[in-house]
Amino acid sequence: MAVSCARYGLREMFLGGVRSLDELRSRLSIDGQEAEIDARDLVHKEINDLVREAALAGARKITLLNVCGQRYIGTRLFLPQQDGKIEIHVYSTPGNDLGAFLAGHRIVVHGNAQDGVGNTMDDGEIVVHGRAGDIVAMAMRGGRIFIRDSVGYRAAIHMKEYTGKVPVLVIGGTAQDFFGEYMAGGIVILLGLNLKPGERHHAHYIGTGMHGGVIYLRGEVAPHQLGKEVGVLELDDKDRRLLHQYVGEFARHFNLNAESILDGRFVKLMPVSKRPYGRIYAY
Amino acid sequence: MFSHLLPEFLVERRSDRCIKCRVCERQCPNGVHHYDTELDLMFSDESPCVGCQRCVVFCPTNALSVYPHPTTYRPNASWTREKLQDLKKQAETGGVILTGSGNDKPYRIYWDHLVLNASQVTNPSIDPLREPMELRTYLGRKPDTLEVEVCGDKVSITSRLSPNVPVETPILFSAMSYGAISYQAFVSLAMAAKEFGTLFNTGEGGLPREMREKFGQNAVVQCASGRFGVDPEYLNSAAVVEIKIGQGAKPGIGGHLPGEKVAANIALTRMIPEGTDALSPAPQHDIYSIEDLSMLIYALKEATNYEKPVSVKIAAVHNVAAIASGIVRAGADIVAIDGLRGGTGAAPKAIRDNVGIPIELALAAVDRRLREEGIRHKCSIIAASGIRCSADVVKAIALGADAVYIGSAALVAMGCTLCQKCYTGKCAWGICTQDPYLTRRLNPEIASQRLVNLLRGWSHEIKEMLGGMGINAIESLRGNREHLRGVGLEGWELDVLGVKGAGE
Repeated sequence: MAVSCARYGLREMFLGGVRSLDELRSRLSIDGQEAEIDARDLVHKEINDLVREAALAGARKITLLNVCGQRYIGTRLFLPQQDGKIEIHVYSTPGNDLGAFLAGHRIVVHGNAQDGVGNTMDDGEIVVHGRAGDIVAMAMRGGRIFIRDSVGYRAAIHMKEYTGKVPVLVIGGTAQDFFGEYMAGGIVILLGLNLKPGERHHAHYIGTGMHGGVIYLRGEVAPHQLGKEVGVLELDDKDRRLLHQYVGEFARHFNLNAESILDGRFVKLMPVSKRPYGRIYAY
Repeated sequence: MFSHLLPEFLVERRSDRCIKCRVCERQCPNGVHHYDTELDLMFSDESPCVGCQRCVVFCPTNALSVYPHPTTYRPNASWTREKLQDLKKQAETGGVILTGSGNDKPYRIYWDHLVLNASQVTNPSIDPLREPMELRTYLGRKPDTLEVEVCGDKVSITSRLSPNVPVETPILFSAMSYGAISYQAFVSLAMAAKEFGTLFNTGEGGLPREMREKFGQNAVVQCASGRFGVDPEYLNSAAVVEIKIGQGAKPGIGGHLPGEKVAANIALTRMIPEGTDALSPAPQHDIYSIEDLSMLIYALKEATNYEKPVSVKIAAVHNVAAIASGIVRAGADIVAIDGLRGGTGAAPKAIRDNVGIPIELALAAVDRRLREEGIRHKCSIIAASGIRCSADVVKAIALGADAVYIGSAALVAMGCTLCQKCYTGKCAWGICTQDPYLTRRLNPEIASQRLVNLLRGWSHEIKEMLGGMGINAIESLRGNREHLRGVGLEGWELDVLGVKGAGE
């Protein structure tokens, strides 16, 4: 194998040199329902092997220490036979696709997160005590994500909802372009807490191609920053109740004052049509 | 606006045979046939006729004939009837011309320019009726070397093996989503795949929950740009997870399932609200590079505990060989390539008929490139588009495929006549529609039997052809171009295919 790899330059993208569980077991300590894993120098598969091992051994709160850029944390926890959901605490910087396809568990990041937080997440909760990169909550279909600071490009792209399963994304800071693009459902709240007085949100093409769901924006945004598929509406009572609930949760996670956040001016962005591209075809 | 369009088909009714039973009227979803009670006569308005032949097949007295309308413009090799009609339709509507099914233009069909070998004297042919003939194919990544440990009389494999999925015949059903096709058609494919021991592909419309336990192990589930119906249970219930990058009928563009087709059950399976357009963006927005593709491949492997092969499906386009190499290096276990003649439920005709390259050339180029790079064993190749018969399957395997996907052929087995009106949602055969009046026409028990019969017939023929070549296992044919010769092909075509001319 070594010969052919050297000759043809094929690198096993992520699996080369992965150590077996037996070699890694010393990294894992389990104490009843609590487990701790030292992730220093582990690759993502090794971390998730250990997380799964801990979960199968009955741990319900797993703390990952020294995480530095490893991907897919929490992704390998589809455990239909197991009772109870798992809470994972990550210190300090998880890699891309944190909680991708997440099956109802809870992840708390004590630091910043990278791209793809909650990618196609099914259910559960992700709380990031910091900022996150691009495509946060892409195609997310359930559960909640709370990001304390700002996020990168294409956040909430293609989020969707069905029959009462409604994903929620709350972002404390601001977002970059294509925010909420192609959104088909869900609730997105962008608070702009780190904007200076009079400073507008940074994103352009907000809600381009949006055909479902709702975005609540706190702070200033100019009409040219919005995609042509969204309309701007004032809040009604139902909106205020929703905001009260989710901003309240956000504030509790990060020890902030919900009332002062809710005092800010919010607008609601909704798609003008469920069928934005219904009329471009000749039948 | 007054329409300038000519009718596409002529409906002829022999009044001496017509018994006015009104079957044609009930069978036609386009309102071609009409019974006048006062005159006690059947009438036909051919302008909406799509030529699906449903009324002809069901007429109990063979009173009907439907054929292309003889009315034509002045013959013109450049401005054909189809070009003029499409142009006029666009002048009337300002819309994008939609179509369904596969590219029908006369691009060279390389299958018809390749001939197979047979044994004569110097090596014996094999009779598959009397001798075992192996069609079982394992899909997935193979190890570089196979290390075994012999311990007494026990032998065990010590190499790390990747998950492989066996199929009893190298023929799989192509991706056709519930939503594009009816529930009945979708279930028929699943039942046939299960009965024969092969795989069907859910497309990107999800897998209804009630089917997961029974049919999951025969399902290739897709994760496409819209991520419709993708949840952890869906991924884990499947045999193979497939990332859909492209489709042969519409490379480079996304898909719109119109809101009126998103009824309650489809909404539930796709996990979107009823009546909403199901928009699949053109790219996957978490994949803008091979590195990103790798990220999703491993995300899916993580989500399925490394228990399932991950396939990546692309359309055959220029540089397909380099793209496939990147896909294998990104960690894909299966590369599915869909060529120029691949079908669709709906695509802009301009795209379907003009974008992509023929599968035969793409397949040969990919197989050769992966061999040259020494990574051919790292993946299985599934070839798709325009596989019409068992000989096409054999030729595809000789050009380097591990297996083929059949879509149009499977639909034709169920009743489809390739009328290309899938996008209208009014399929008279109950296949490509969600109208309960029409979908009831397709009985999954019978349709799945037709599909199983097709697989059985083709598999027998493949065994006969293999036996004739003196080969008793399909894997000995894979990429074995010595068993192919080209007829009527130019030098560059033979070079790309890696095939000698006949007589050489």
